[in-house]
Amino acid sequence: MIGPDLPALIPFIYLAFAVLIPLAGLWKRELSYGLAVLGTGLASAFSLAGFINYLSGGETIRYLFGGWQPPIGIEFVYDGLAAFVILVINTVAFLVLIHSRHIATAEFPHKKIAYYSVTMLLMLGFNGMVLTGDLFNLYVFLEISSLSSYALIAIGEKRAAYSAFRYLIIGTVGGSLYLLGVGFLYTVTGTLNIIDMHEMLPQVLGNSAVITALVLMVIGIGIKAALFPLHGWLPDSYTFASSSSSALIAPIGTKVAAYVLLRVLLFLFGAEIINADLPITEIIGVLAGIGILFGSVMAIAQSELKKMLAYSSVSQIGYIIMGISLANPFGFIGAVLHILNHALMKACLFLVAGNLRLKEGHSNILEFDDSYRKKYPWTMAAFTTAALSMVGLPPLAGFFSKWYLALGTIDNSNWFLLAIILISSLLNAVYFFRIIEKIYLKNPAKENESTGTDIPRDEVKPSMLYPMAIMALALIAVGILNVYIVSAITTMFPAGF
Amino acid sequence: MLDFFMGHYAYWFTIIILAIGLYGMLMKRNLVKKVIGLSIFQAGVILFFVSIASKHGASVPVKDAALPVSDVANYMNALPHTLMLTAIVVGVATLGVAFALLVAIYNRYHTLDEQELLEKIQ
Repeated sequence: MIGPDLPALIPFIYLAFAVLIPLAGLWKRELSYGLAVLGTGLASAFSLAGFINYLSGGETIRYLFGGWQPPIGIEFVYDGLAAFVILVINTVAFLVLIHSRHIATAEFPHKKIAYYSVTMLLMLGFNGMVLTGDLFNLYVFLEISSLSSYALIAIGEKRAAYSAFRYLIIGTVGGSLYLLGVGFLYTVTGTLNIIDMHEMLPQVLGNSAVITALVLMVIGIGIKAALFPLHGWLPDSYTFASSSSSALIAPIGTKVAAYVLLRVLLFLFGAEIINADLPITEIIGVLAGIGILFGSVMAIAQSELKKMLAYSSVSQIGYIIMGISLANPFGFIGAVLHILNHALMKACLFLVAGNLRLKEGHSNILEFDDSYRKKYPWTMAAFTTAALSMVGLPPLAGFFSKWYLALGTIDNSNWFLLAIILISSLLNAVYFFRIIEKIYLKNPAKENESTGTDIPRDEVKPSMLYPMAIMALALIAVGILNVYIVSAITTMFPAGF
Repeated sequence: MLDFFMGHYAYWFTIIILAIGLYGMLMKRNLVKKVIGLSIFQAGVILFFVSIASKHGASVPVKDAALPVSDVANYMNALPHTLMLTAIVVGVATLGVAFALLVAIYNRYHTLDEQELLEKIQ
């Protein structure tokens, strides 16, 4: 079943559905939702099959476009790490798109066809970024995904268009800086293929163009990944976008950018070359650490659930980048595991925010009370699971990525970052427990009536409930089964680990 | 010193264009001018790629019987140019999305001045 064409097939499914949805939409508008779910479902089925094939001893699949051998031709490299990230992003997108049905009808009933068509393009860009083995091709996919995400973010509240515009300006500068970095690398190596360039870089070590390229690429990708202090576009974009857009972009977008950073730093350059002239990994590590604390503190200050989650994203992306910057096996495991965990946790939390916005019309934390628990018991249970996982309570998934990151910092004797992991867990507890306290304990009616009013159960529709519940259960499952996942991740190490 | 400046003049132009683009994006209050700055910034990157492809005394990358292909110094490098064709297309798409967003912003707030816009949003 798993042929050599699998790497090209997954992005092709998205491309085909991006065209198919507007065509089918001409006939029946309601088809767009079903087709989008079908498209992501097919892609996740193929990526699951590909990952199982990899686990059962399958080798790296290198798909050559047009049969041209690299470095002349462009190739897609479907190795273990790519297979893992592809599986994560497609599955999360599948669940989020199932959930989007009622939100789409409520928030933008006349833009459904365009919305679902653009989500397919967004996923095409993300899958291409993960799979490609060519630096310029990566830039093209980066821009495909960025342009689609500007469009998706602009669908939403009144302020969404302006925050999308700011993201466009900042994001395009990031893309251009990355491209400039690729140009510098091309001048000294004469190739654009990542594997080929990795073999050539030691020969041009010490060339100032390599250092310039590295700095430019880190800044460019850092903007896309919202690495502190380049995160300015993120909170507004995620807050004012439609609930289903932010639930789709928040868990996937910054993770894919962090994955690209990981590819560039550890697979393209390799841990020794990055630090040859400048202590790049230490600088990135310190920035990630500051970002973790900054994001957590800002999240505490927010009274709007979606904005709080957006700042918490800034903090959580810091964990992934910190793991990359440690450049040791434990840091690598922590970073890759956190890509999975954070995608699940953030998607689950944003889906809860979407449910509340649809049912209550707002997601203002100050107005939460225990009637929410009575009305939406399962939504709140999913929220609590994801929040506890965010804080890092064992045996939930979030604990284990922090655990491996902490092991990584100890391995490098980097006590500063270890302290940051511990402090930020406490800060996470502060901003999640205040919500949990409100939804389970705060009873505004208590002073007036001794018995308390009976609030009827008013749970959300199944298409919104199950994706969220599956993610919450997945968090528990990932936590319990993390031995197997970690042993799979240990086969994905870059050369030199 | 003069040789250093004259010998790298294409790079100096790239730096100047990138700086003009950044200035436009950071200092101009009108959002359309910010988009123009963005476009200039991208043009700087394109100029950089085109300039690294050029060689002294080389011909266009079309096979000529008089110039042996084995000597690569005979031909310009065609790859950066083709890459930039794609980058220009990406730039055009970015401009399209940017102006679509500006139309949406103008329809809601009836201004494209950043200061006025921020006051209206608050």
